[in-house]
Amino acid sequence: MTDRVPILKIGDILLVSIQVDLEDQMVLDLQDDLSRRIVETEARGVVIDISALEIVDSFVGRMLATIAAISRVLGAETVVVGMRPAVAMTLVELGLSLGGVRTALNLEQGIGALRRARNQGPVSR
Amino acid sequence: MIPGVEPAEETAAEESHIVANADVVKARQTVRAYAQRARLSLVDQTKLVTAASELARNTLTYGGGGTMRVSVVTRGTRTGVKVAFHDEGPGIPDLDLALTDGWSSGKGMGLGLSGARRLADEFDLVSQAGKGTHVVVVKWAR
Amino acid sequence: MAHDESDKLVGLLTDGQDDFTATWIRIVTSTLAGRLTAAEIQQDLTEMYQALLTALRDGGLHTRGEAYGEVRSLLTELSRNRARQGFTPTETAVSLFSLKEVLEPALSSPEDVSAYLQFSRVLDDLGLYTVEVHAKTREEIISAQAEQLLELSTPVVKLWDGIVGVPLVGTLDSARTQVVMEKLLQSLLDQNATHAIVDITGVPSVDTQVAQHLLKTVVAARMMGAECTISGIRPQIAQTIVALGIEFGDITTKATLADALRHALRRIEQNRETAQIGGLL
Repeated sequence: MTDRVPILKIGDILLVSIQVDLEDQMVLDLQDDLSRRIVETEARGVVIDISALEIVDSFVGRMLATIAAISRVLGAETVVVGMRPAVAMTLVELGLSLGGVRTALNLEQGIGALRRARNQGPVSR
Repeated sequence: MIPGVEPAEETAAEESHIVANADVVKARQTVRAYAQRARLSLVDQTKLVTAASELARNTLTYGGGGTMRVSVVTRGTRTGVKVAFHDEGPGIPDLDLALTDGWSSGKGMGLGLSGARRLADEFDLVSQAGKGTHVVVVKWAR
Repeated sequence: MAHDESDKLVGLLTDGQDDFTATWIRIVTSTLAGRLTAAEIQQDLTEMYQALLTALRDGGLHTRGEAYGEVRSLLTELSRNRARQGFTPTETAVSLFSLKEVLEPALSSPEDVSAYLQFSRVLDDLGLYTVEVHAKTREEIISAQAEQLLELSTPVVKLWDGIVGVPLVGTLDSARTQVVMEKLLQSLLDQNATHAIVDITGVPSVDTQVAQHLLKTVVAARMMGAECTISGIRPQIAQTIVALGIEFGDITTKATLADALRHALRRIEQNRETAQIGGLL
């Protein structure tokens, strides 16, 4: 009944671009879909583009952290790209620092970050 | 005229029900529209909408659904937005505990109430075990 | 009850309109001594007199009533303009009060006097209103200036390709931190910068609250995908930080802006190298 967030595959990277205000169920569905797709496609990296998101609350924040952890277990690195300044400031105030989640300014730098991650191994934060 | 002593005056208000997941999304959009109307800066808009999102989810998850009332408020020369959530759920047995970072009885990160309090300029919570919860947040334009 | 009196008053003011206005303008012009042109004063006062007359005719002595809307809006404009031009609230109010002086010689009967006393109350009320508007206008000017100062005091500069910096000068409070943070984070996007340097050479002291603000800025930049370095930590400040037990955690701090820039350039170089080996796509 609810919409699902599309997951695109480019080479060994899965790209998730969130374009709509997320309902909680969509967040949970995305978590399921993505775990399945990582296994199916043997992806090595996941890029989640949140540049269209006007807010990230603790629920979505937790989803990002969980996806990063799940994909790591499945052998893929996750990078969250395009967080808006206002969103970053709000998350800090909310008390959420997204520790353990790799971030980059935009898609291009996100892919660069994934390459580095692959060459260096996991970076601790 | 001492600001803070004077009662805030409401100039526009809207009430809606929060009974399903989709209502949380609608609540965010309503609060955003009011925040723009009250000329809150982009960052303050984002903070208020995020706080409202946390509280709307609480109302749904812990209160078993309820209502949200959004209004533009003025006090002296300042304008702001007030968002009030009301439910008739089980209430919060231990307020101090519920306002502690990281404490959660549900599916969140335990930042809902304490986070919303930090994001708002004013925060007021009344809860009675068995009777329900009433939370009010206000954000003022700078 | 006051109907007769306000009728009487309206009659008095209508009969002597030309004379009274002329005298009023002369008195006000002399008190403001050349700081406003005679033409300006003439226009303001003629309009005001007319509006007052209309208001008295329609609304009697209730200065807070609807009939006085026009008078109040004229007074608001007058008071605002005078406040901006640097007149004191007294000077503006006295302009209004001097109308009493104008009327005094024209009083002939006891009824006139009692009508005059009523009118005097009206003028007092309106005079107080101009003082209120004056204070409000000054407040607006002050808050507008505070805002401008906030904007002025936080320039974000591009230091190198991919590196932006903010030299902070003065005390950091939460309002200012929010502006600095917002500008810095936005410039990361605009400049496609992966490194930010916050230089605190010009910050007189660092207490726990200031440190908290700095930490938040660094964490926010990090969440957007950029690294943030704090530079310009003077010896005394380093001592305070340690004495207060402030934990900067894994945040990079450098003594000088030059050190921070060198660090950022090295990091950018490292990232470029590692990204070039192999390739994910």
